[in-house]
Amino acid sequence: MSKIVKMEDLNKAKKRGLDALMPRKTKIMVGMATSGIASGAGEVYRALDSEIKKRKADIILKKTGSMGMDCIEPLVDVITPNMPRMAYGRVTAKQVPAIIDQILNGSIDKEKPTYYMGEEDFIVTGEKIKYYKGKKPASLKGINAIGDVPFYKKQVKLATRNCGLIDPENIDEYIAKGGYFSLYKALTTMTPDEIIEDVVKSGLRGRGGGGFPAGTKWRSCRDAEGDIKYVICNGDEGDPGAYMDRSLMEGDPHSVIEGMIIGAYAIGAHEGYIYVRNEYPLAVANLTKAIEQARACGLLGKNILKSGFDFDIRISQGAGAFVCGESTALMASLEGKAGEPRAKYVHTVEHGLWNRPSNLNNVETWANVPLIIARGGNWFSAIGDKASTGTKVFSLVGKVNNIGLVEVPMGIPLRDIIYDIGGGIPDGKEFKAIQTGGPSGGCIPAKLVELPVTFDDLKKAGSMMGSGGMIVMDEKTCMVDIARYFIEFLESESCGKCVPCREGVHRMKQILEDICEGRGQEGDIELLEDMAGAIIDGSLCALGGSAPNPVLSTIKYFREEYEAHIRDKKCPAAVCKALIEYRIDPDKCTGCGLCPRVCPTGAAKGKIKKIHTIDQKKCIKCGACVESCKYDAIIVE
Amino acid sequence: MVNLVIDGKKIQAKEGITLLEAARENGIDIPTLCSHESLEPSGACRLCSVEVTKGNRSKIVTSCIYTVEEGIKVNTESERVKKVRKLIMELLLARNPDSDVIIELAEKLGVKPQKRFLPDHDKGKCILCRLCIKTCETIVGVSAIGFSSRGATKIVGTPFDEESDVCIGCGACAYVCPTGHIQMETTGDTRTIWGRTFKMTACNVCGRYFAPEDQLKYISQKTGVPLKELSTCTSCR
Ligand SMILES: Cc1cc2nc3c(=O)[nH]c(=O)nc-3n(C[C@H](O)[C@H](O)[C@H](O)COP(=O)(O)O)c2cc1C
Ligand code: SF4
Ligand code: SF4
Ligand code: FES
Repeated sequence: MSKIVKMEDLNKAKKRGLDALMPRKTKIMVGMATSGIASGAGEVYRALDSEIKKRKADIILKKTGSMGMDCIEPLVDVITPNMPRMAYGRVTAKQVPAIIDQILNGSIDKEKPTYYMGEEDFIVTGEKIKYYKGKKPASLKGINAIGDVPFYKKQVKLATRNCGLIDPENIDEYIAKGGYFSLYKALTTMTPDEIIEDVVKSGLRGRGGGGFPAGTKWRSCRDAEGDIKYVICNGDEGDPGAYMDRSLMEGDPHSVIEGMIIGAYAIGAHEGYIYVRNEYPLAVANLTKAIEQARACGLLGKNILKSGFDFDIRISQGAGAFVCGESTALMASLEGKAGEPRAKYVHTVEHGLWNRPSNLNNVETWANVPLIIARGGNWFSAIGDKASTGTKVFSLVGKVNNIGLVEVPMGIPLRDIIYDIGGGIPDGKEFKAIQTGGPSGGCIPAKLVELPVTFDDLKKAGSMMGSGGMIVMDEKTCMVDIARYFIEFLESESCGKCVPCREGVHRMKQILEDICEGRGQEGDIELLEDMAGAIIDGSLCALGGSAPNPVLSTIKYFREEYEAHIRDKKCPAAVCKALIEYRIDPDKCTGCGLCPRVCPTGAAKGKIKKIHTIDQKKCIKCGACVESCKYDAIIVE
Repeated sequence: MVNLVIDGKKIQAKEGITLLEAARENGIDIPTLCSHESLEPSGACRLCSVEVTKGNRSKIVTSCIYTVEEGIKVNTESERVKKVRKLIMELLLARNPDSDVIIELAEKLGVKPQKRFLPDHDKGKCILCRLCIKTCETIVGVSAIGFSSRGATKIVGTPFDEESDVCIGCGACAYVCPTGHIQMETTGDTRTIWGRTFKMTACNVCGRYFAPEDQLKYISQKTGVPLKELSTCTSCR
């Protein structure tokens, strides 16, 4: 790898990168982030590799990150010179020979691409580069352009700009997409103050949870007294089920690294740490490679770009407790101590890691920085909402048709995410609520579906932005059970240092368990509300400070469901086993004999052609009969 | 000097001291469980919470950590403070129903057991205040005990609950423990603590068993004072 010192060197790397991105021969890219691998991309990759070799075809095979649409992975992209880029979704190893056939004979008649891309957005440089010239090939009739695929239509990809489009292991491809030009601009033409000014202007707020303005934090850390300062990247991502940061670190590690170098220069730090959880081996591998490449190019290390600025980054692997994502616990863990939070009346920007001024930002926050420097703070702040600028990446999961990672402009209504991008609720069920903000976020009810997604609107609704988890729930979800589920998670993740969180959340869980199991008592709701207030006020860190959110928000919007559990001993969504009964509707039962056959305990019984019954004493409420009944004759209440 | 108001009383305090210290100097009582004047505060029990008002914003802080600031108003008995205190005492009463210290403190603060919290019977008297661990680590300097597990299942003990080979049997942890959770038994020439039995040294003047051999060896090693000189108890020295 040759050193990059001057603009000329960057341009050379860019040219190499463009040749690799859009080569003069056919290239196949397989989405090989963890999400792709989980759906079988490894097998598809190996099949492609052996098929290409078998036929001695002149085709390049590469790995890339994830485009976010998990529900169509494994995703295989085919880039042929002067042709639109074809994306094949849900590819299996079996289809590989046919796909290679098509590539070799220039057709797309047997295996239909899921969508095509006519051009690629180079958002950092503001260019769009066409994959082909002239008219759209007739063979593409009936196939959607990426921009018309509902899942992508309303997305704006800033932080995830390169994920699924570049080979994350090739620094040249990152540079081709405008990468490291921002670093060049920052180090050779801007003063630290000008950089901070631009980040302030951009309105960028922390993407890791609190939404604190990044520029303000940088300024405080720059102004803090001390010769040695640190910048830290929070890649702990403890929110179970969320994987925005993982996808970024796997699919575009250089964007995080470049952001950190720029930040370090602005703040006056010479050492940086990326804290990644142990469960993310691929993220660690790709970050490690990226750091080595950046070092080999001279973009990390001494005298970067001949500016006189020294900076290097180390990766630190955390054991993965949820609380280790909290800033002071993370720093304690980096120091090799137990990952417990400390009271933060003195801020970490003044006394952080090893008691020195430290600036911690989330992965996604860092990844936005190069873009802000390239296009300017004003450009960035025009995207999204006034007080919540730019975009946010969410992991959209639960009862929604299109599951995946989505990046949307802030201010977008929840409805657009759930129905347009997410494709609505499966099986024609009703949308009931959406949980945002991770385990200690809140549940927002269907009646607030028009709520704009901003830091402040989510908070006002009793939830929060958090790091970007979004769980869609349908009518079959019991909100008390959901609150119990999250509280149970938080109870087990409380570090146990302070009494209100450790003991308070534990007691909340017991009460919620009681309610779900039919032992709820009059006054429980009020008690939970009272406890919530004191836990929020009294806890040492924000884990305890936000832990009651799932309880408070479900009480606020679904109080009648709590009341039904407590007073009538009924679970309206028919989820809580202790409060439901399985019965057979005599008007619908045809006596077909199916349910007695599937019932594991012999509770469902009856003679053929005679109305069947369920023996309540034997029923274990497993639901097998409901699944089996073709006549909808089993009532669950 | 810093000027502030605590419970309506105008106060001047030395810069850098905590709200708790400032309050106590002025005869204002704030209940505490995990703070100790010779140890760094950890903010674990949260009982010392007070409400601080700056301009028109107020928040709950722990007075054993928060340092005095010019112009702030501190309320040690506001409704919010009382709610936090009440919950903490209810939670501790349920966790440690056999602790006389907790029962007395709850009575003093007018807090009764919350009937919806079923009392635990497996936690002993430990409130997880961490005073013992910090004493052992920072004052004694051996770190023989620590926490294991997290959340509500957290417990204090020696690593893997085995006999510690660094423990010197000094009993400082038992001495500092506010609730008397730590069992230490000294009979004749032995002392048992944290599951390990130590041999005691007899004073070479009066003959009374006054300290574990391991403790005297440790002090001798640390200070360079010959072991023989240490074998006289404090009363005979
Ligand atoms: C219990 C808890 C867990 C957290 N986990 C994470 C996490 O996994 N990743 C993250 O970036 N921030 C997490 N945070 C927020 C961090 O404390 C911190 O605010 C953030 O990393 C700052 O970066 P930002 O300003 O760029 O968001 C967590 C906070 C709490 C209280
Ligand atoms: S609030 Fe919970 S996680 Fe935070 S310090 Fe207290 S016990 Fe630990
Ligand atoms: S044993 Fe005593 S001193 Fe140690 S944590 Fe428990 S209550 Fe505190
Ligand atoms: S005495 Fe202040 S938190 Fe325990």
